[in-house]
Amino acid sequence: MNNEKYIKDLREIKQMMNRSSRFISLSGLAGVFAGCYAIIGVVLAKTILKNKGDSSIIGLEPEITNAANQELVIQFLILAIGVLVLAIGTAVFLTTRKAQKNNEKIWDNTSKRLLINFFSPLGAGGIFCLVLLQYGLFSLIAPCMLIFYGLALIHASKYTFGDLRSLGYSNMILGLIATQFLNFGLYFWAIGFGLFHIVYGIWMYNKYDRKNT
Amino acid sequence: MKNIISNINKAFDHRVRLGIMSVLMVNEYADFTSLKELLGVTDGNIASHIKALEKVGYVKVEKSFIDRKPNTRYSATKSGRNDFQKHIAAIENLLNQTQSKQ
Repeated sequence: MNNEKYIKDLREIKQMMNRSSRFISLSGLAGVFAGCYAIIGVVLAKTILKNKGDSSIIGLEPEITNAANQELVIQFLILAIGVLVLAIGTAVFLTTRKAQKNNEKIWDNTSKRLLINFFSPLGAGGIFCLVLLQYGLFSLIAPCMLIFYGLALIHASKYTFGDLRSLGYSNMILGLIATQFLNFGLYFWAIGFGLFHIVYGIWMYNKYDRKNT
Repeated sequence: MKNIISNINKAFDHRVRLGIMSVLMVNEYADFTSLKELLGVTDGNIASHIKALEKVGYVKVEKSFIDRKPNTRYSATKSGRNDFQKHIAAIENLLNQTQSKQ
């Protein structure tokens, strides 16, 4: 006769453990948007390269950066920052909206913990990529971004949906593979930040968001 | 059968106490306000349940000051963790047994 009560107890224990330690308002749709921005970014980057008529300047050798190259680097940097800002902006907007809809708080211990644990490996990776840029090791930047992003996701997955881990491993492995195909950095970047995000975002949206709307 | 029932712990036999222990199992510590918000109960209610858990040695209370404001944070003790795990296992066992009987 007490079975009902105990089943309810177990359910409540599980729910309380999740709610108090994981940030579960993260929006799946934001992943889809981030993926789209990334692909648009890669297409723009490709066009810039094509207009320059020479794609070999992105090489492994630490070459002396001439004026044309420097201009290219700045254009790429602006593009990358643009994609990043758009992706984060959309993620913050959609996640806030989802939290409000579910009556969850957006800024609490769980979201703080998630952000710290996500951005500390990512920040180190970002700085390391700038160092690669400094020494002119352009072709290692794309694999490096993928690897560090993957590590950041794996690390952050403990503080939000555990599913984030699979996306992290995929990006990390893709980044390692990309180190062996340095001339195709942009394509790997498009797969990791574009395709993976879109596939993962749709999957997450179906799993967590759709039934609640 | 007797064994299983004796593992069901009376100290945890309340929704709020279960909630408090669940939160403290997966977090290093929690403060009063976040516990209150997570469980959605009143100050007095939660305080009395924490006190009950503290009395049996399952919850540790630490008082400190953050920015000169008093802050109380709670954590689960080792015996609290052990007994809570036993409690969950006992519930699961009980459910399994009754299920197989039916």
